[in-house]
Amino acid sequence: MKPPRFEYDDPTTTEEALDLLAQHGEDAKVLAGGQSLVPLLNFRMARPDRLVDINGIEELSYIRHDNGTLRLGAMTRQAAVESSDTARQLCPLLVDALHWVGHAQIRNRGTVGGSVAHADPAAELPVVFSALGASFHVRSKTGPRTLSPEDFFQTHRTTSLEPSELLTEIEVPVLPAATRTAFVEFARRQGDFALGGAATVVSVDESGACRDVRIALLGAAPTPIRASDAEDAIRGRRLDEDAAREARVLTEAAITPTGDIHGSGDYRRGLIATMVYRSLLQAASNRGEAA
Amino acid sequence: MTRTVAVTINGATFEREVEPRLLLSDFIRHEAKLTGTHVGCEHGVCGACTVQLDGTPVRSCLMFAVQASGHSIRTVEAMADGGSETRLHPLQQAFHEEHALQCGFCTPGFLMSLEPLIPALVGASDDEIREAIAGNLCRCTGYQNIVSAVRLAAKRFDAQHGTNGSATGPE
Ligand SMILES: Cc1cc2nc3c(=O)[nH]c(=O)nc-3n(C[C@H](O)[C@H](O)[C@H](O)COP(=O)(O)OP(=O)(O)OC[C@H]3O[C@@H](n4cnc5c(N)ncnc54)[C@H](O)[C@@H]3O)c2cc1C
Ligand code: FES
Ligand code: FES
Repeated sequence: MKPPRFEYDDPTTTEEALDLLAQHGEDAKVLAGGQSLVPLLNFRMARPDRLVDINGIEELSYIRHDNGTLRLGAMTRQAAVESSDTARQLCPLLVDALHWVGHAQIRNRGTVGGSVAHADPAAELPVVFSALGASFHVRSKTGPRTLSPEDFFQTHRTTSLEPSELLTEIEVPVLPAATRTAFVEFARRQGDFALGGAATVVSVDESGACRDVRIALLGAAPTPIRASDAEDAIRGRRLDEDAAREARVLTEAAITPTGDIHGSGDYRRGLIATMVYRSLLQAASNRGEAA
Repeated sequence: MTRTVAVTINGATFEREVEPRLLLSDFIRHEAKLTGTHVGCEHGVCGACTVQLDGTPVRSCLMFAVQASGHSIRTVEAMADGGSETRLHPLQQAFHEEHALQCGFCTPGFLMSLEPLIPALVGASDDEIREAIAGNLCRCTGYQNIVSAVRLAAKRFDAQHGTNGSATGPE
């Protein structure tokens, strides 16, 4: 239950961190909030030769409103986003979902970038960023890349980040006014990883019909996936009880979550479909949340 | 490879030569010899090791001592007045009166998590109190008495400071 030996660097600039990763990439791991990595080290499920601790890089910690986007530095603490007025105004979906991430003590250390890079299939933030169509900005000595959630999340705890790359920023488009959002999930106890969930973003036109519909699912697959059948069925319709029911049925038919000790695949399929139903009805009652 | 760290714990600075892999929880217990901070699971789940880092509750088992260098840590030992065992901190006093502990293993973590939250828990519902303690596990009490203790501590805080943090009177 004690971490293995490692070399330790604590750069104070992004450039320095990129130099270290270029030099040691394969053998090094980035240390952000440590709320996922340190348990893995303590269990010796991870044994990197070197940790590049990015906690001292102040330029990676910010919440900025910039030209129709919300920019979050990778090292921004989850608790800082949760209590940020800017984030709440521009992106209530993100703040609603953060409430479900572990416990306050975990969010006080855990970072936004760490949650994304860790890519746990039961994590909330990757699902929310998928529903919002966020962009992930990544840097290395060979240059920057910008990745969509679909390109970034590969499978269970695996992303397309190269060992020499650092996730530096998450850019979230600010939703047009009259966009409605909702995040729902089910966990056995407050703070536990969720058994299933859904993040919904719906824009509604003057007639009350849905225009853009994005529903991202938590726990349905090894990465966040969209409930595209349900999205298609709802587009152009009123967001009412019937529409939400149909979305539930379509989602249930479309997904094949795997079971584990916490719940069978069948149980999760029904659960996640129900989360879609609830998130749609909750979105319907959340009027014009975005700025 | 070792590093020199200087961690301030309850106002005293501990300077040591440590390996980077030394957990903050172990630094507090084995180097500073403050054994009030308990270690249950060492993977962030139980909350027994919770301390305050620059005033904010965090898991000391999920940090390295090198990361706390230059920072200020508060542990349960700082709560009672002047470290005395007779003048308990109001939150400790409430735990004592409400029988909010049995074996006491979890208690330091609960106290460290709750201390900064008490002003915000004035008038809180039981559900809100339960949410505030969700990150700390107790194997003995069944939580009922912990919830009562938090309610009592918040009530006394309110009586002393008023709901808006403004003093209401001499008592
Ligand atoms: C008790 C407990 C309960 C939890 N419950 C939940 C929950 O319900 N939902 C949830 O989503 N999470 C939960 N978590 C995990 C928590 O949200 C973590 O904070 C998060 O998964 C990882 O973020 P971190 O900053 O702590 O990253 P770290 O643990 O430091 O790093 C995680 C991984 O990401 C890599 N990494 C981190 N930052 C970068 C970067 N900028 N560039 C490249 N790679 C990077 C690291 O190398 C490592 O592989 C829980 C954790 C604990 C201990
Ligand atoms: S010992 Fe740190 S949370 Fe259990
Ligand atoms: S009093 Fe024994 S674990 Fe809480």
